[in-house]
Amino acid sequence: MSAHAKTRIVGSPVPRKEGVDKLLGRARYIDDIEREGMWHGATVRSTIPRGLIRSIGFDRTIDWSEFTIVTAADIPGYNHIQLIFADQPCLADGKVNHCDEAIVLMAHPDKYKVREAAAAVKIEYDPLPPVFTIEESERQDVIVWGADNVLKSFLLEKGDVDSAWSSATHIVEGEYRTGAQEHLYIENNGVIAEYSADGGVTIWGSLQCPYYVHKSLLAVFDLPEDKVRVIQTETGGAFGGKEDYPSTLAAHAALLAMKSGHPVKMVYDRMEDLAATTKRHPSRVRHRTALDANGKLLAMDIEVATDGGAYSTLSSTVLSRATLHSPGPYLCPNVRVRSRAWATNTVPYGAFRGFGAPQAIFAIERHMDEIAAAIGVDPIELRRRNFLHDGDTTATEQVMREPVILDQLLDLALAESGYHAKRVRFAKENRTNPVKRGMGVAAFYHGSGFTGSGERNLNSLAGIDVTADGKVRVLVSSTEFGQGTNTILTQIAAEAIGLEYEDVAMAPPDTGIVPNSGPTVASRTSMVVGRLIERASLQLVDLLQKHGGLSEVFSREDFFAACERYRAAKGEVVSLCRYEAPPGIFWDDQKYRGEAYPAYAWSIHVAQVGVDTVTYSAEVEEFWAVQEAGRVLNPVLAGGQIEGGIAQGIGYALYEKVLLQNGHMVNNQMTNYIMPTAEDVPPIHVYFEQIPFIHGGYGAKGIGELPHDGPAPAILNAIRDAIGVSFTSIPLLPEDLFQRLAAVKPVEEAAAV
Amino acid sequence: MNAGWPAIEFVVNGEARKVHVSPMKRLLDVLREDLRLTGTKEGCGEGECGSCSVRMNGELVNSCLVPVLQVQNASIQTVEGLACDGELHPLQQAFLHCGGAQCGICTPGMLMAATHLLANNPHPNMAEIREGLAGNLCRCTGFKRIFDSVISAAAQTNEPTAQEAAHAR
Repeated sequence: MSAHAKTRIVGSPVPRKEGVDKLLGRARYIDDIEREGMWHGATVRSTIPRGLIRSIGFDRTIDWSEFTIVTAADIPGYNHIQLIFADQPCLADGKVNHCDEAIVLMAHPDKYKVREAAAAVKIEYDPLPPVFTIEESERQDVIVWGADNVLKSFLLEKGDVDSAWSSATHIVEGEYRTGAQEHLYIENNGVIAEYSADGGVTIWGSLQCPYYVHKSLLAVFDLPEDKVRVIQTETGGAFGGKEDYPSTLAAHAALLAMKSGHPVKMVYDRMEDLAATTKRHPSRVRHRTALDANGKLLAMDIEVATDGGAYSTLSSTVLSRATLHSPGPYLCPNVRVRSRAWATNTVPYGAFRGFGAPQAIFAIERHMDEIAAAIGVDPIELRRRNFLHDGDTTATEQVMREPVILDQLLDLALAESGYHAKRVRFAKENRTNPVKRGMGVAAFYHGSGFTGSGERNLNSLAGIDVTADGKVRVLVSSTEFGQGTNTILTQIAAEAIGLEYEDVAMAPPDTGIVPNSGPTVASRTSMVVGRLIERASLQLVDLLQKHGGLSEVFSREDFFAACERYRAAKGEVVSLCRYEAPPGIFWDDQKYRGEAYPAYAWSIHVAQVGVDTVTYSAEVEEFWAVQEAGRVLNPVLAGGQIEGGIAQGIGYALYEKVLLQNGHMVNNQMTNYIMPTAEDVPPIHVYFEQIPFIHGGYGAKGIGELPHDGPAPAILNAIRDAIGVSFTSIPLLPEDLFQRLAAVKPVEEAAAV
Repeated sequence: MNAGWPAIEFVVNGEARKVHVSPMKRLLDVLREDLRLTGTKEGCGEGECGSCSVRMNGELVNSCLVPVLQVQNASIQTVEGLACDGELHPLQQAFLHCGGAQCGICTPGMLMAATHLLANNPHPNMAEIREGLAGNLCRCTGFKRIFDSVISAAAQTNEPTAQEAAHAR
């Protein structure tokens, strides 16, 4: 089977496909592109969190005839953004539900003038009472969405949780909270739109999912499929932050292009991007856990609540993943997860690397250390006693058919980090050292690809073609935004066909050219799309052997000669494959039971943290990440994914705080939204164990999101180990440490616990 | 270009350039809009992210914080000036092979910061590399492979190239 076969190109560190262009500074990002006669767009946004729009006033000192102005009344089709539900308007119409909601758009040839003019529009409101927190939304005193403020809910039940409590030796409860997190891609959101009556709408943009934008524009403009074309330009980071928002921005630019008769560029500056676009969902997770006398899990009762913001956008998929990751990688006979996403009057929260899993895993992995302390068992031992193994069933009663090697991963992580020896040493040193050191561990899985029936519903199509000028191209709508899509998919195609890496290129990410291989999200590209490209490549060779005179053993020259013979005889040389679900997959979307994910990646993180009891800063000094994510397709890219995800996870735990006032982000600048710099990220040690997954591209499983799941709980567990104080909420900033530690003086005594 | 403004003359990547723009226009915008050198990127517009880093008379600057009037008679080096006759600069070569670039948006600024570091300190230790790159944010890599790239490039070059030496002055 190919997943286990020896390979020439897959598994080797070939350089990034578009690397040279990026290094020479000639890769073209959206703001590097100009179109003939192009105008610039700007957005007038709501300054209140909730209310009715009474009037829109245009300052008389400005000559508005120079400007194109668009409101909801100009929308030719439906005034909503098509995602999962259609509750979010493209432009507010009479009512706003969050600060920074778009109300008026304008365009002008001068990009400086248009921003000044937008700032001069005065909107008056009749305010309505807003809701800002999960708790306020839960109270349902003010209903801001639907009948009950609930954007989505799930109930997952295994066994009988209620009857487990009476037989328990230990019952441990805990509540854990995570804050919003900004993606902070270094390239802000941006698009260019063109419109013509004949051709329809064309979009160039920094985006993850061309076909999501395509679908949304069809509705906003009420156009047939062939009248909307979406082209991804080089994209300077995304991390989920360019999954849904570009649909809104593209619609805005296209409305301005239609009305002005000019191409319109809209590129946000940092302040606008931070204030107006999506973030990671804040969460609150409550655990009630029953254990027997041996520290084995008897029952887990889990309640997940997320803050979804003003519209439903991706809250249901984020909540789904949070639900499915909330019990952690443990075997438990009785599990109940009740989860709800609550509406509030803030900018809608969206997808961010791991979407829901980092929140849920923070809770369970912090909770495991709390359980360990409560029942007097070592936290490593508690995990070992409860790890899932091959043949076990998860909370959704999915049987683990693939090998699960958590013990092996844990052994390696403990050995490499020197975990046990360091704990002993630190306990001694901490008595006198003002910097208290500790070690913390997190164990977790991350489901690869869409949840349950998701991949079947997507029904992705991808393929390979060979152009008339002899170029082999990968045909996918899967996009490159740093994670390595271009490189791994061309590696797979070259490997499977029998060509060199340099022989294969990516077709332009243009809905006019490539089929819908699904969105570039959910760690699905290597596993799902990679497998489609592998199949399409093998199918192409088969086709050429049957109809192009290609022999069983062939050279590169034979291959291209066969392509030309085939083209002369039959026409286009193209091979497309559609997704086929692995056999035996069962999923009940109502009961949340069955095969939640086709495969899981597994990981152990170990953090070494020092807490300075003088400055109250916590610093990650060193970090170890051991994972099994199937076959590693490119070791340099895979390592880079893990390290980058861990750096973001460290930021999530200790640095990054979204400050909202009246529902508006007030630290919407890089000056005061702080991410880890080159001086803050510790040495990170990355280890892969490889167990090829037969249904993934050359054995790959998902990898991109996995590393963001572990750092926050591992770091807070290490802080507990260092100072004996348990923190249950992130971000954990020096001021939070100060507040708690000043109250539990003397620190030296606490550290000795 | 607006001929109403007085000329500002400077050298970019070894080539004499003249622009007629508002003296308060940001060097970043002059490079990108007037000279069409779009390799230099804007990430934050307030000197925090370093994506717009260029070298000015051998100093590393955030071009979003430099009004172009300050550039009169100066020598500017941008990412477009790193490669020589189609040959990647050793740092570009190292970034390519070590995985120092992912999405690539911080890369031009990061390369300029790394060039500046090595021009002044051809064999930096890890603490010096971290400090030298601390003004340049990368959200993708976690920096590790950028450090590896700098170490690898430093190992290949015993002395700064003539071009680097000129900019380091």
